[in-house]
Amino acid sequence: MSDTTKKTAGAFDIRNFIGLLLGLYGIILTLMGLFGDKELDKTGGVNANLWTGLALLVVAAGFMAWAKARPTVVPDHVERPPDDETRPAPRNKPKPKH
Amino acid sequence: MSVTLSPVALAAAEPLIDANVVDYLMVALYFAFVMGIGLAARRAVSDSIDFFLSGRSLPAWVTGLAFISANLGAVEIMGMSANGAQIGLPTVHYFWVGAIPAMLFLGVVMMPFYYGSKVRSVPEFMFRRFGTGAHLVNAISFALAQLLIAGVNLYLLGTIVQALLGWPLWVALIVAAVIVLSYITLGGLSAAIYNEVLQFFVIVAALLPLTLIGLNKVGGWDGLMDKMQPAIDAEGETTATVAEQASSWPGTALSGFDSSILSVVGIVFGLGFVLSFGYWTTNFVEVQRAMASNSISAARKTPIIGAFPKMFIPFIVILPGMIAAVLVTEMVELKNGGTPAGGASGEVKYNDALLLLMRDVLPNGLLGLAIAGLLAAFMAGMAANISAFNTVFSYDLWQRYIRKDRSDDYYLRIGRLATVAATIIAIFTASIAGNFSNIMDYLQTLFGFFNAPLFATFILGMFWKRMTPTAGWMGLVSGTLSAVLVWLAGNPDILGWFSLPGQGLAFVAASTAFVVDIVVSVVVSLATEPKPASELKGLVYSETPKEDLIDPDEASKPWYQRTVPLALLASVMVLVLNFIF
Repeated sequence: MSDTTKKTAGAFDIRNFIGLLLGLYGIILTLMGLFGDKELDKTGGVNANLWTGLALLVVAAGFMAWAKARPTVVPDHVERPPDDETRPAPRNKPKPKH
Repeated sequence: MSVTLSPVALAAAEPLIDANVVDYLMVALYFAFVMGIGLAARRAVSDSIDFFLSGRSLPAWVTGLAFISANLGAVEIMGMSANGAQIGLPTVHYFWVGAIPAMLFLGVVMMPFYYGSKVRSVPEFMFRRFGTGAHLVNAISFALAQLLIAGVNLYLLGTIVQALLGWPLWVALIVAAVIVLSYITLGGLSAAIYNEVLQFFVIVAALLPLTLIGLNKVGGWDGLMDKMQPAIDAEGETTATVAEQASSWPGTALSGFDSSILSVVGIVFGLGFVLSFGYWTTNFVEVQRAMASNSISAARKTPIIGAFPKMFIPFIVILPGMIAAVLVTEMVELKNGGTPAGGASGEVKYNDALLLLMRDVLPNGLLGLAIAGLLAAFMAGMAANISAFNTVFSYDLWQRYIRKDRSDDYYLRIGRLATVAATIIAIFTASIAGNFSNIMDYLQTLFGFFNAPLFATFILGMFWKRMTPTAGWMGLVSGTLSAVLVWLAGNPDILGWFSLPGQGLAFVAASTAFVVDIVVSVVVSLATEPKPASELKGLVYSETPKEDLIDPDEASKPWYQRTVPLALLASVMVLVLNFIF
């Protein structure tokens, strides 16, 4: 992270995060559609993996493009969210010193 | 690609679903993302994660999606598709008469009180409005309800594990419980916003292709309507004719009433008003999503924005159920009054509709995506129940009534023990859930016992300052007891004084609970001493200054960023949907 005044959320921007997972799914399904068993008897003659894969790739690209076009600006000092008692995950570790 | 992972030696039966390496890869990928972000959040890897998790100034689409995603669990996916398979289109009432109006009401009317009074749980609101009695009753019944509902989620999670590996249900249940515990302790839940939004897209990415492929296979909408069969129960009685399944109104198959007028009244009052308003407006697992936002205006808009995607969810959950009832041989047989073998309990039930459809139409790859989506939804759902139980148990019950003034560490330990105990108890409540052939019947029954009286007490307490603390707890107790009584009387296996098929019994029980609660509360209030008006500010409508309830900045924003115009638009869209189907 640089010390420019405007810091963007980068890889942890929720849109990039969605884009990455859906994109990976898209790649796997597209490859399955091209090289895997198409199982056309199950799907009624449609190459379901291929089409879903391609659609996921488009959606993933859309999310990433959106995040790039209008990046989320993270303020300089972000308070750590307080531990939420309704979610009993292990407690937050203290923030590392800079 | 025909590499199948052979089920472990334990397998008692052939696995229902034939998953291969790619499918497991899809599931593993999802878990890597969710667990990864949970761990990253706890290690404070990046400011951006904190920024998104704090929920402050998040875009409305994120909080809106998180809001509906927190609810897009077992109930929605398995319950609604089971209902779709059994009774067809009238199931949409859960969305268009039930959820949407309630969500809009929550945003427009209730949210300002929640946001303004800063309570964190339903029992806390009860404590501030009515004091100890109502608080204790509510905390106990809430904790109990969470354990029972966690059982539903665990049961469904177990059925997936079973379908994948072919293990006996009790082994699958224990394995599923271990999965949920590790999800909670590894921190998956601490990255809630990421999880919920991610989960939403994975589920849509899984269910939309399933619906489209299924629809294509039955010959489109017309093909589905042509091939639809009447539902016949095991005794050979027709419970839903084709005509009843093909149109949402009057929904006699859903309500179980013979008369159309009674059916419409039952659905609008029982399901729409009492059950759904009760569920959505007092469900703090949902409300918390909105409370995290940065202004009262954003908090009010969260459920309203959530309402827009919510109205289209029926198309990807109910429709697959209806398709399964036509395409899947076991479902056809079941719907025809037969008892086909297979499924979770050794005998196919309506709850299995979606899993069986997945088995029949999805190729490997997409199958993995669908499994990931379902696992994600049920796991998150059960974890949320356990968390809610944990909070109420440790803070509202243990700390307030049993051991006061101990250290934070002490309550944290109690919380951990409660988490483990709740998970173990859920294994047993899961077997109760497994006895119901349609999980919605069970859930609506539970909501009738717990949510309907709660809603009555809430709404009366919010708008009638005369309502007294004694009335608070007596209303709740008598409401719940009356619902249990109606259920016992109407259950053919217990007393069986009258009979209502479908979810009609749950609607009647809930409506009774609501009415009894209101009547008892009013009568008791008139005989007892109310709280002084000064203690009711922010809790009762007439005692709260109007400025506290609205956001002054909102008037200057364009219409599509204002609460009420958005709510009106959503209402009009839902009305149109009601007329089309």
